[in-house]
Amino acid sequence: MDDVKTPSSEERKSALSGLGTSRKRVEDARFTQGKGNYVDDIKLKGMLFGDFVRSPVAHAKIKKIDTSAALALPGVHAVLTAADLEPLGLHWMPTLAGDKQMVLADGKVLFQGQEVAFVVGDDRYAVADGVALVEVEYDELSVVTDPFKAEMENAPILREDIADQKEGAHGPRRHPNHIFTWESGDKEGTNKVLDEAEVVADEMVYYHRTHPCPLETCGCVASMDKVNGKLTVWGTFQAPHAVRTVASLISSIPEHNIRIISPDIGGGFGNKVGVYPGYVCAIVASIVTGVPIKWVEDRMDNLMATAFARDYWMHGKISATKDGKITGLWCHTTADHGAFDACADPTKFPAGFMNICTGSYDIPVAYLAVDGVYTNKAPGGVAYRCSFRVTEASYFIERMIEVLALKLGMDSAELRSKNFIKKEQFPYTSALGWEYDSGDYHKAWDKALEAVNYKKLREDQAKQLELFKSGKSRKLMGIGLSHFTEIVGAGPVKNCDILGLGMFDACEIRIHPTGSAIARLGTISQGQGHATTFAQILASEIGIPASDITLEEGDTDTAPYGLGTYGSRSTPVAGAATAMAGRKIRAKAQMIAAYLLEVHDDDLEWDVDRFVVKGAPEKFKTMKEIAFASYNQAIPGVEPGLEAVSYYDPPNMTYPNGAYICVMEIDVDTGVSEIKKVYALDDCGTRINPMIIEGQVHGGLTEALAISMGQEIAYDEQGNVMTGTLMDFFVPTAWETPNYETDFTETPSPHHPIGAKGVGESPNVGGVSAFSNAVHDAFKPFGLTQAHMPHDHWRVWKIAKDLGLHN
Amino acid sequence: MIPSAFSFYKPDNLQKAINLIADFGDEGRVIAGGHSLIPVMKQRLTDIKHLIDLSAINELKGIKIKGSSISIGAMTTQVELITNAELFKVAPVIREASLQIADPQVRNLGTIGGNVANGDPANDMPGLMQLLDATYTINGKNGVREIKAREFYEGAYFTAREDDEILVSISFNSPIGGYAYEKQKRKIGDYATAAAGVILSVDNGVCSSASIALTNLSDTPIYCSDAVSMLIGKQIDDSLLSEVTKSCVEQSDPVADQRGPVEFKKYVAGIVVNKALNRAFDRS
Repeated sequence: MDDVKTPSSEERKSALSGLGTSRKRVEDARFTQGKGNYVDDIKLKGMLFGDFVRSPVAHAKIKKIDTSAALALPGVHAVLTAADLEPLGLHWMPTLAGDKQMVLADGKVLFQGQEVAFVVGDDRYAVADGVALVEVEYDELSVVTDPFKAEMENAPILREDIADQKEGAHGPRRHPNHIFTWESGDKEGTNKVLDEAEVVADEMVYYHRTHPCPLETCGCVASMDKVNGKLTVWGTFQAPHAVRTVASLISSIPEHNIRIISPDIGGGFGNKVGVYPGYVCAIVASIVTGVPIKWVEDRMDNLMATAFARDYWMHGKISATKDGKITGLWCHTTADHGAFDACADPTKFPAGFMNICTGSYDIPVAYLAVDGVYTNKAPGGVAYRCSFRVTEASYFIERMIEVLALKLGMDSAELRSKNFIKKEQFPYTSALGWEYDSGDYHKAWDKALEAVNYKKLREDQAKQLELFKSGKSRKLMGIGLSHFTEIVGAGPVKNCDILGLGMFDACEIRIHPTGSAIARLGTISQGQGHATTFAQILASEIGIPASDITLEEGDTDTAPYGLGTYGSRSTPVAGAATAMAGRKIRAKAQMIAAYLLEVHDDDLEWDVDRFVVKGAPEKFKTMKEIAFASYNQAIPGVEPGLEAVSYYDPPNMTYPNGAYICVMEIDVDTGVSEIKKVYALDDCGTRINPMIIEGQVHGGLTEALAISMGQEIAYDEQGNVMTGTLMDFFVPTAWETPNYETDFTETPSPHHPIGAKGVGESPNVGGVSAFSNAVHDAFKPFGLTQAHMPHDHWRVWKIAKDLGLHN
Repeated sequence: MIPSAFSFYKPDNLQKAINLIADFGDEGRVIAGGHSLIPVMKQRLTDIKHLIDLSAINELKGIKIKGSSISIGAMTTQVELITNAELFKVAPVIREASLQIADPQVRNLGTIGGNVANGDPANDMPGLMQLLDATYTINGKNGVREIKAREFYEGAYFTAREDDEILVSISFNSPIGGYAYEKQKRKIGDYATAAAGVILSVDNGVCSSASIALTNLSDTPIYCSDAVSMLIGKQIDDSLLSEVTKSCVEQSDPVADQRGPVEFKKYVAGIVVNKALNRAFDRS
């Protein structure tokens, strides 16, 4: 007699901490106790340090580099210049965007902070002294920091190496400073609709240059073992496998002899996708010296030289009928790429997914052209907490909607609602060619408007306006609306690759004899909590508690090949691979269970953590029992062990979406704004861990707040970086961060194995528009149509001044 | 961010510090809280061969109050200025201003002496010392001397202190009347876009004494003498306060930076002065 009651399915399900559970982050114990292991924590025997001599000027010929004083300094071992790298073919390197980039200045410098020489020494102190002793003679050239001026006839030519090339990686070039023109959509059809439209709104929307500024800067430790020929590099890499392949291609070291390890990473936000000169120089220096070399940049290096984000000048025209039905969208973007085209986009998309710029709206015809331009600024153009150029696209359309609403004299909430893609239109093919997988925009929008009591907010706003007009208050109230559609989960191998590497991802699972497991993925967490959430996906798929599943990422010798973590691709791609690998495990487990229970495979059904004989619930085998059996039973026709691997090529992108609303109070005299309310409704499909989603939304909103209200990489006309420290580069503290209200709807992705869409970047995409629209909305009664971000104190003050609101 | 090499000294009494600085001349520098000095050393914007840490010198620390006369040792930290209850009773404007300096971590180490002696026009304490008409006591190999805060600042980072002198204490009389220190900044930890301090005493609506000072609106802190003359002996009303504000703004001479252009800073100067005047008046 077995008088122990079998727990119910529900009880067993809850014991797994699977999908939908707010499981606490398993990473936090080590991070909150200072037990993380970051690149700068790695110390190897005999390790030397390296650092750069950087250009103090934005554009100059290099007349001479004198390294003798530095080399004479005790403790300095080597100083590398382009001349040293040239014989190895490493003085330039390919970028992810089909361009090439100087590793060390080859005859000239093109931006302030550019790497000129690499000093290697005993410790950081000797290296810093060595850096100060390298003498570089510069012959300064005219500087251009404005992409429109860069394309003028007599603009200084930046890239003399390709000045005569009429053809670039993405088609014809029309000027030595022109990189590419990328077009999408129906140009003639759009022009015709605009010409014949009842109403057209025309506006230039600038999304300024900013920077991801992760808490941990970029760095690496390169170690060339000359005995076995193996190169190991620990680095802040968001895509370790891609780095391995690129390193092999450019160094000629066979790929099996390169091991790339991404240890704990302190935030990436796109900044750690690209390959930087520091990595190349550390590797070369390790090969030259035969000992490990550490290079870790400081904050100023990071802000000045590693990948920036945005810097898009987006000229838009949007047409509509008099009653507010949108008929067409036109956009021409001038994209400032800096000195080298080092954007990190899928190869075929030099402007990323900017052609998601029709947003959440059913727009019959659209046309987009993007011109990439070189300027004397740092290279980059990465997706800062968004999918490739999606924040730019979303900000563009959300501003154009507001500008159109002004022109129509219509409430912009109503205008949005009138033009949303309807639930029954999904899957929806946009005018610019994307197939939106699923969504219920009206449901989300109505829920959001009701949650904030939109009607009442407009009444409050009108009252505040009366107080202002009667001189009783100097404050205005703004209501910022935003509905966004992201396009994430790059992506289908048929159209997404990076340097020819298809953007699939992978998961490999090994079940141990006692029923616990290890899973390895091609992605790498930078704080997202993969070890927590991927274990939850698996727990639900294979019936092993999440706490019994170890997650490993980031070591290319052990993890399966994948394209890494950025563009919210981990859940849509690697998460799918995880579920699919789990299903392979379960399929084999079913065969083993059938053998053990002496029934046919088809006579079994899955029940949370076990296979049960249909119609005989007392006959079952748990995953734990099956796992042990896979190691100790000779099962005819079945290999021992319980392992599976899945390489997942997603059939489509996923399209997370959401409705964000911000209420702001603005003092027209000081330009100081106070955020009164932020409401963020996200639909990221199936929700894996609601607590982590909420955390992601808080973090993304805070970055969105920073970007829209003050964060920028500013240059003066000489190309000097004006925001090179955290004094001037705005990163909000708890003090500047408002309270956030989060909410959700749940519309699963129909093509993803568990219906999840990704969420980490949505709040940045939706948030920037909400904050910026609130500023615009406050000044709407006085005729403001467009004011560029960031909306810091003086720029907001300038809006008020230009509108005549100061006495 | 590594400074060039320097030798480090931590004398335990003032005389030793004075001797060291006298020996080193312009190759030596004293360090108090270090929040201004260390960043410029790390950026190698200054080359200091000998660094003399004053933190072990007890005679430079502490707040002494005798009746209406107040003396504060140069190495007294900002957090002590905020938490000292006796000081708050006799000069509450110090707490109000100190709470607006940087953030708690900075204030735990930042000192009043370092803040006033560095000559950085962005620092809040030099403006506050104009407001209080404080006197700085300076000691060096040639002996002790006193200098008025209002005569101390010559230009950005240039002061009346010689390289071989150490600012040892700050003294002033308990201010009478209402007070306010108003500062606009972009974020926690930032220097002022514009800041203003006001002390105001009023008898039957008539201003009997006043002081007004500005921070980060010129290359030195500003004592607004013209504006003060306009106030004293006058009936205080909105129109007078707005004239006084105008006079203060006229005395300001800010430079453009990432906080904004000159025109904006002058406008905000008017706003902070007016707010400070009104708050001080309400408290008078």
